[in-house]
Amino acid sequence: MSAVPASTAAPDDILAVSGLTMRFGGIVAINDLSFTARRGQISALIGPNGAGKTTVFNCITGFYKPTAGDIRLTHADGKGYVLQTLNDFRICKVAKVARTFQNIRLFPGLTALENLMVAQHNALMRASGFTLMGLLGMPGWRAAEKAALDLSSYWLDRIGLYDRADEAAGNLPYGDQRRLEIARAMCTEPALLCLDEPAAGLNARESGELNELLLSIRNDRGASILLIEHDMSVVMEISDHVTVLDYGVRIAGGTPQHVRDDPKVIAAYLGTDEETAIAVMEGT
Amino acid sequence: MATAPKTATATIDNGRSQSGFAAALKKALLSALVALVLFSLMIGVRTEAGSTGQLIYWTRFTELAGVVAAVFAGSLILELLRSWLGPFDAAGLIPASAEQPLKTAQRLFPLALLAFTLVFPVIFYDQRYILDLGILVLTYVMLGWGLNVVVGLAGLLDLGYVAFYAVGAYSYALLATTFGLSFWICLPLAGILAAFWGVLLGFPVLRLKGDYLAIVTLAFGEIIRLVLINWQSLTGGPNGITGVPRPSFFGIPLTPGDDGFAARFGLEFSPTHRVVFLYYLILALALLTNWVTIRLRRLPIGRAWEAMREDEVACRALGINITTTKLTAFATGAMFGGFAGAFFATRQGFISPESFTFHESALVLAIVVLGGMGSQLGVALAALVMIGGFELFRDFEQYRMLVFGLAMVALMVWRPRGLVGHREATVFLHHRTEISAELSREGRG
Repeated sequence: MSAVPASTAAPDDILAVSGLTMRFGGIVAINDLSFTARRGQISALIGPNGAGKTTVFNCITGFYKPTAGDIRLTHADGKGYVLQTLNDFRICKVAKVARTFQNIRLFPGLTALENLMVAQHNALMRASGFTLMGLLGMPGWRAAEKAALDLSSYWLDRIGLYDRADEAAGNLPYGDQRRLEIARAMCTEPALLCLDEPAAGLNARESGELNELLLSIRNDRGASILLIEHDMSVVMEISDHVTVLDYGVRIAGGTPQHVRDDPKVIAAYLGTDEETAIAVMEGT
Repeated sequence: MATAPKTATATIDNGRSQSGFAAALKKALLSALVALVLFSLMIGVRTEAGSTGQLIYWTRFTELAGVVAAVFAGSLILELLRSWLGPFDAAGLIPASAEQPLKTAQRLFPLALLAFTLVFPVIFYDQRYILDLGILVLTYVMLGWGLNVVVGLAGLLDLGYVAFYAVGAYSYALLATTFGLSFWICLPLAGILAAFWGVLLGFPVLRLKGDYLAIVTLAFGEIIRLVLINWQSLTGGPNGITGVPRPSFFGIPLTPGDDGFAARFGLEFSPTHRVVFLYYLILALALLTNWVTIRLRRLPIGRAWEAMREDEVACRALGINITTTKLTAFATGAMFGGFAGAFFATRQGFISPESFTFHESALVLAIVVLGGMGSQLGVALAALVMIGGFELFRDFEQYRMLVFGLAMVALMVWRPRGLVGHREATVFLHHRTEISAELSREGRG
């Protein structure tokens, strides 16, 4: 259903961030950051605490207006969007960028199924003739509602929550809530899925399941994913491309293996200078 | 599954009850102290102006001691009951065998209530007072259901709901007296105008949340009332508008004349006809409100309202336009308020700004909160209790406010989420679910 072809298509850039700068008063959270994310791939944005990863995310998804720079999104059909000029809700509605949150933001009092139905709001609004046809129970609306239920069931099945569809989202275990939030984002039929620390707070088994889910989203649905992650096992196992951020500046980029062996990255994570990092690496 | 946690709580309770008495005593002493400070001036000293304007005062320490002792004993008993019984748990009081019939009863109850409201005028045909009370209750049921859209579903705390009630009433009164339009043309117009004012209020408060929103809506309600008082040339100021046309039975007036309802249908004229007609009119309007609200909840717009109550940021991230979602909630709620207002005007035949004070807003909001935010049945029951119950206590004269306040406090202690403290899911895959209101949020904006 997603317009994006499977990963066999020639990988091109879906997201191009150039010269992104974000200042909060005197603090420079991001300084002249440029990176790209490939279509049909999983790109990761990593870095130590306070490196500015979530700020980048908030700029991409419209929660912050960047001080300077350009964020361009290109759909598979060649349509381009300049994200920093779009209003917050239009980034999801028009440019088709969906996101999850570091601290889960489900609708706790709605059921798992309702959470997924809310995500299909814009499609359903059109189908319900902006409420009027739906109020009268027109057949077109009924068909659309059925389709929305089918899509929700599909995702509930994919994340293993089909049997718990009618439970309040706030009552689900933490790991399930994480996966439900991803499913909810996918229900908006996004071109780019942005995940803010999806593995935070998950145990080893749950984070393994998460890896499988993300890989299957990429492989089966050809979705492009941009993720922020602390958990290196997730980043190293599933990312196709990694960008490393420190103090709001890009310090490295490339394949997971390449980044892992970069002394600059290790230095940033250890909080030391480069020489010490090299010494540590050679020592082990 | 169910028994294991219960035994666990029981053991904890036993361990706690040792220190429970000391804690209860401490709490009761504190309450008594507060009562002493409060009542020492209110009850302990009585002042009066003497014949020459001098101050006369005398003390009433016995009464004071009595009240403080009552507070102490009441608080102690309440606390001890709480620590012995544990948290009030209705589920534990009901035997398992009674659960199935109770569920059926729960499902049948709204239907029974509806059937009763339908035959109500037949039963109480001769009792004008009861009929009038029924109309009054239904008016508040409708207002409660209207406000429920804004407060219960969308989570927008609106303290100025009476403004839309007033807009509806004045719209009908002015359109009918100035242009001679009939009730059935004015009714939708009153709704549309009220909805328009709802949007107008919505725009400036889009960015406000919680308490700030409440204050601004409160002010809005007062502004409308003050405009009604001061715009003498249009609204008649404090004198209001008299001679608002009575409703007709779809064009046939309910009058004793030859072309009146009674004469046309070969009945003997009785003023009760009009009252019964008004009763069914407000019942139809209220049921329309209910039907539309239930339908809207299952449509994307209604789900967006509830989602917005739960988490506005997440809504934005899902591409939901918060501006239109908020405005439609305000407009829908206001429209129902407008309908109710038009009905009020035609029923009274006279309206003045006095009918649209903050007290009305507070009463309707109390109905929504007491009923359980978002619950249609709860709101209806709360309106019945608040309006009907208040009338029942009429014999108690000045004590009825006291009794009423106590009843509300008791209700909020035992059912902090209102009479019906759960929301029903709008869509389900396997089975209908009721979600405890503890999980859902009350909305911050």
